[in-house]
Amino acid sequence: MNKSLAAATLALSLGVSGLAMAEPLKIGMITTLSGGGAGLGIDTRDGFMLAIKNSGNKEIEVVTEDDAQKPELAVQIADKMIQSDEVDILTGIVWSNLLMAVAPSAVAQGKLYVSTNAAPAALAGEKCNPLYFNAAYQNDNLHEAMGEYANKGYKKMFIMAPNYPAGKDSLTGFKRYYKGEVAAEVYTQVGQTDYAAEIAQMRASGADGIFIFLPGGMGIAFMKQFAQSGVDIPVMGPGFSFSQDVLPAIGDAALGVKASGQWAPDFDNPASKKFLTDFQKEYNRLPSIYAVQAYDAAQLILSAAGKADVKDTDAFRAELLKADIQSPRGNFKFNTNQHPIQDIYVTEVVKDGDVLTNKTVEKIFTDHGDAYAKDCKM
Amino acid sequence: MTLALALEQLLNGLQLGVMLFLMAAGLTLIFGVMGLINLAHGSLYMVGAFACAAVAAATGSFWIGLVASLIAAAAAGALVELLVIRRLYDRDHLDQVLATFALILIFSEGTRWLFGSFPLYLDIPPILGGAVMLPGGLQYPVYRLAIIAAGALVAFGLYVLISRTRLGMRIRAGESDREMIGALGVDIRTLYTVVFALGAALAGLAGAMVGALQSVQVGMGEPVLILAFVVIVIGGIGSIKGALFGALLVGVTDTMGRFLLPQLLALFVPPAQAGMIGGAAASMLIYIVMALILAVKPRGLFPAAHA
Repeated sequence: MNKSLAAATLALSLGVSGLAMAEPLKIGMITTLSGGGAGLGIDTRDGFMLAIKNSGNKEIEVVTEDDAQKPELAVQIADKMIQSDEVDILTGIVWSNLLMAVAPSAVAQGKLYVSTNAAPAALAGEKCNPLYFNAAYQNDNLHEAMGEYANKGYKKMFIMAPNYPAGKDSLTGFKRYYKGEVAAEVYTQVGQTDYAAEIAQMRASGADGIFIFLPGGMGIAFMKQFAQSGVDIPVMGPGFSFSQDVLPAIGDAALGVKASGQWAPDFDNPASKKFLTDFQKEYNRLPSIYAVQAYDAAQLILSAAGKADVKDTDAFRAELLKADIQSPRGNFKFNTNQHPIQDIYVTEVVKDGDVLTNKTVEKIFTDHGDAYAKDCKM
Repeated sequence: MTLALALEQLLNGLQLGVMLFLMAAGLTLIFGVMGLINLAHGSLYMVGAFACAAVAAATGSFWIGLVASLIAAAAAGALVELLVIRRLYDRDHLDQVLATFALILIFSEGTRWLFGSFPLYLDIPPILGGAVMLPGGLQYPVYRLAIIAAGALVAFGLYVLISRTRLGMRIRAGESDREMIGALGVDIRTLYTVVFALGAALAGLAGAMVGALQSVQVGMGEPVLILAFVVIVIGGIGSIKGALFGALLVGVTDTMGRFLLPQLLALFVPPAQAGMIGGAAASMLIYIVMALILAVKPRGLFPAAHA
């Protein structure tokens, strides 16, 4: 009797104190901080935390955990963050296969998910969800831009990507806009490190351009081997194949490569300049495209948190949708499927002093959405 | 498809095979002599690549880096043998797998702690840069030819070492009967450390040579490790000769499969699908070959004399 009374008093007092304190906004960041893909996750985390730090908002707490690029681990972490950490928003996943394992179940439990990178077609069309936002792009976008660019002067393209969902989305996106002839469409193994066989086919194919989507270490290996092969065909690809996380390791072999992106370090707008200066000051390196996307995701959450309580999901969503931020990318707004509408550019890898970086060449798309938004009914 | 292209692909297969041999030789040597399954072999490959990249960046010379990779991998191997592996010889294989898996994690995170998460830059030496014209109008990268030559040299060196020297005699004796060679007064503990360091140096050499072609990053060793295990299972566990033939078989099968299967399928289905299905089938090909070989010869192509 005494015991249960004590327990009841304790429970009551806890409940009361819980009511009395203002609940801070809690964000769970699941990203890749170990293994081969760690560079991407670290840039994601650092870009995100830069925006949080700059805001000076003490009410926001971010819990970060490493998914080691493993879907099953990401699911476990998400469950833990939702149930025991009681986060309000999840974010940070780099890879589409991990996102597909986490996001649908998180939004089904009433949590918001703001993606900093992964943007599979499956979540942009019919299966779009009011609680799922993407601050980066839709997976196909950068490939579409390269297809459009290839129309200018390339008649026969050799296209290549790893054999997994994002790889297929990539070549589909490229072909959606490219009108010339496809010399060959090659799918390589995920994590493949030797491309001699494919390079030999490129040489024999008679193509006048090569489009590759090989993120991370795969792109480094390909570019180095391609440079040694004596094959002289221009190479192009989506921005993340030639982003700041891999350029130093590719070295001069990347010079002259054309890539598509929503941001490059030479963007001439105040938000971009501030972001670049702050990031370099904080982390002493150039940010990649992943850092920008995560920075914007954090800015979006901060903008909404300033005006609405996250517990009031509808109000918070409405504020997020306004996208009231100064993005380093310039124009940024949300489409009907809560994926970005933004400008996409073509960049070229150049040497700025000793540092390899991307320089903007031209704007390919203005206010570009994605092909799946029309199927999204919210 | 021209003859030159087929020939080029054959050379590519040979080069991949040689690289796998360098990995597999150390692995199979260690298993043959000590009966140890060393999952951390891929980490020693990574140590070699990182040592080469770091020293090459500091000195500006790939060659000094290459020497450093040998020394670093051998030293890491010897150290690991003295501290950890030595306690595992009498344990069963599950304990060995667990302990060496732990070593993978320690090596990976240790490397990340030292060098950071971003891939390092390592380029091939200028003297081996570019491509040469081979007879038949075939252009081929010099560096890949150099890898084939280096692999052939290592294979020959191992053959001489094992069949013609005193150390080799002890290694062979250790393979056939561990207790007996100990009883005959050979310092078996030192022999084990030497063999382990030798295997590690071979992995480090492979890591450095391949690192210049690919990306030097944490976790680079594990995909190669899986292939190396396929190689030694096909070749016969414990057999250097088996490792050589297994490696060449896997290298050529993998390369030719990636090249020919999509083209073959393109005769029947649209090119986009042929690429996708062919690519998937090609990635399974070496495992299918392995299954077929094991069905016919359960102990591999060249089973070691004992066991």
